[in-house]
Amino acid sequence: MLEIKNLHAAVDGVAILKGIDLTINAGEVHAIMGPNGSGKSTLAQVLAGHPAYEVTEGSVTYEGRDLLGLEPEERACAGVFLAFQYPVEIHGITNAYFLRAAINAKRKCQDLEELDPIDFMEMLEEKLDVIGWTDSLMERPVNHGFSGGEKKRNEILQMAVLEPKLAVLDETDSGLDIDALKAVADAVNKLRSPDNASLVVTHYQRLLNFIVPDFVHVLARGRIAKSGGKELALELESKGYDWIKEPAGV
Amino acid sequence: MTSSVEHHVSQPYKYGWTTEVESDRVPAGLNEDIIRLISQKKEEPEWLLEWRLKAFRNWLKLTEPSWANVEYEPVDYQAISYYAAPKKEKKLESLDEVDPKVLETFNKLGIPLEEQKRLAGVAVDAVFDSVSVATTFKEKLAEHGVIFLPFSEAVKQHPDLVREYLGSVVPATDNFFAALNSAVFTDGSFVYVPKGVRCPMELSTYFRINAAATGQFERTLIVADEGAYVSYLEGCSAPMRDENQLHAAVVELVAMKDAEIKYSTVQNWYPGDENGKGGIYNFVTKRGDCRGNNAKISWTQVETGSAITWKYPSCLLTGDNTVGEFYSVAVTNNHQQADTGTKMIHIGKNTRSTIVSKGISAGKSQNTYRGQVKIMKRAEGARNFSQCDSMLIGDKCGAHTFPYIDVRNSSAIMEHEATTSKIGEDQIFYCQQRGLSAEDAVSMIVNGFCKEVFRELPMEFAVEAQNLLGISLEGSVG
Ligand SMILES: Nc1ncnc2c1ncn2[C@@H]1O[C@H](COP(=O)(O)OP(=O)(O)OP(=O)(O)O)[C@@H](O)[C@H]1O
Ligand SMILES: [Mg+2]
Repeated sequence: MLEIKNLHAAVDGVAILKGIDLTINAGEVHAIMGPNGSGKSTLAQVLAGHPAYEVTEGSVTYEGRDLLGLEPEERACAGVFLAFQYPVEIHGITNAYFLRAAINAKRKCQDLEELDPIDFMEMLEEKLDVIGWTDSLMERPVNHGFSGGEKKRNEILQMAVLEPKLAVLDETDSGLDIDALKAVADAVNKLRSPDNASLVVTHYQRLLNFIVPDFVHVLARGRIAKSGGKELALELESKGYDWIKEPAGV
Repeated sequence: MTSSVEHHVSQPYKYGWTTEVESDRVPAGLNEDIIRLISQKKEEPEWLLEWRLKAFRNWLKLTEPSWANVEYEPVDYQAISYYAAPKKEKKLESLDEVDPKVLETFNKLGIPLEEQKRLAGVAVDAVFDSVSVATTFKEKLAEHGVIFLPFSEAVKQHPDLVREYLGSVVPATDNFFAALNSAVFTDGSFVYVPKGVRCPMELSTYFRINAAATGQFERTLIVADEGAYVSYLEGCSAPMRDENQLHAAVVELVAMKDAEIKYSTVQNWYPGDENGKGGIYNFVTKRGDCRGNNAKISWTQVETGSAITWKYPSCLLTGDNTVGEFYSVAVTNNHQQADTGTKMIHIGKNTRSTIVSKGISAGKSQNTYRGQVKIMKRAEGARNFSQCDSMLIGDKCGAHTFPYIDVRNSSAIMEHEATTSKIGEDQIFYCQQRGLSAEDAVSMIVNGFCKEVFRELPMEFAVEAQNLLGISLEGSVG
């Protein structure tokens, strides 16, 4: 589904990613861990197409297409979703309106009819029900004044509504209470299917008790320093990152 | 008109098209002889000529205001021709004869074909000959006793009415630009709605663009007599032919007891190119007087054009229980400068005013809100609510807010809210990641930001205003 080859990326002329190789097949969940500043968010942003990040070398193929050649919104339409580490606030539009615009943008590229506000609300109620949340945040401006945890929850709600093929979650578990954490895990697990895949960036092995990954990768200084199964997360939890010195070449 | 001005205005401008017309114009320059000549060409009565001359003599004593937060090359008032009227008449038979570029703009603005026919017919038709369209409405209006005429016609047909109200809200000596306008105004609109009449339709300058475009100094006077109601739409988001660089209009509104006037503007003049060359200098004086008790005046404006906008639609709340409202969206992009806002002068008892101002700045533009709320001594129980929101798109533009408050009666209740928000790369990217294009993202955010104002516009106008906003901000991101 996703094939990253020798990916190098820079921001403001500073090289951050220095040769990432990673293959994710449909049906798999991959976890990425690694110290602060190692490039996890950078990788996520590059996959989503943030204009501030410049790809200097390498390639990314998504479902046989050159992902890097697509505009960010084309990637979204193709089913790539990024739950942001720091979701931005947008004043002036309600969360509900924004969500409807997003789902309709997606439906448009699938050649489906737009959802009118009534159908949309119905669908939204359903999703909220499944996640077990109330819609108290729906009429507030997007992320405006939301608590840290509410912002993360909101990302997950968007994911649940948009039903991506490839979900990239950047530290969505940080700052969540235990119930919300389970809800996030539930939402990700619901998306799990032979056709979908997820890339979960986290600092905490705790999340991986709920979302059991097929693979765990450690990112250090812009490279994947170590890869393994779910046990690797446990090992990292007890030993920290120090023992992983140089990239092992996966 | 200097050739350089013509050159500027004929630069590629999305809404603009120029048509070669032979015109009848007076020589450049401004003096008493020119004013006499204009008055004579317009076959005006003596009192009006005297009124003009008095305004001119006053103008000579006034200095151009410099307090606004705008910068521009000094205007050479002697280099301008103060009267130009098209000589030849020409009538377009069908839509096929309309410039395809004009149609393209209509399409872009999302105006349906029938409407296009009407507008194209009107806009183009009206520049040369507006008889056909105007008459149909004239009859319907006459049934209700509503007078809606080009200003110069009104002077001929209803001299007493014009004389009674002209300059009664904006005196000829009011300010530099108002005085200039009073001296040389060429045409404009006159509306009178008699007692107890609810004007049966929205009045608009759509079908009388001729008068608006030939003169750079229009004069609009709207009177709603006791218990009357009128909604007036000014300007139009369709292409306007305006070869003048300086535009100094005056609008006066008079609302008598229990009357209501709603005045909406969508202003979209040539803003200059992306390097800040050319464009219209828009120095407008707009003021309404709620003269009788319980009168209401509501200004709604969407300003997206002009290189420089200097404009403060204001309300004199003279009668008791009168209401003044100001809803404004001012958009600046590239090198545009706007200094706009309102004045609410509370004179009568229990007067109320509401100000909602939304300033959007993009590119290298500067957007200033300047508002004054004045509560006079005898204005017992006055209330004002002001909300000034600014939105910055990118990081090279500026937004400035100057609220002036002057309260001389302690019973007044004043509320003021202000916010500033930003649309940056991260907001746009966030929307893109959710599947929206950068353009759609900006338009969604901006329209959300403006919705309290758009809500006040008549339906079709609101749709046009939304589309316009999109076009004005095109290319301001990414
Ligand atoms: N504009 C910039 N100029 C220079 N360096 C930058 C810039 N933006 C980010 N970086 C650096 O890039 C590196 C990788 O950042 P990134 O956000 O990808 O780390 P991360 O692995 O997600 O860390 P965390 O676990 O703290 O979220 C950091 O060292 C960061 O300081
Ligand atoms: Mg990060």
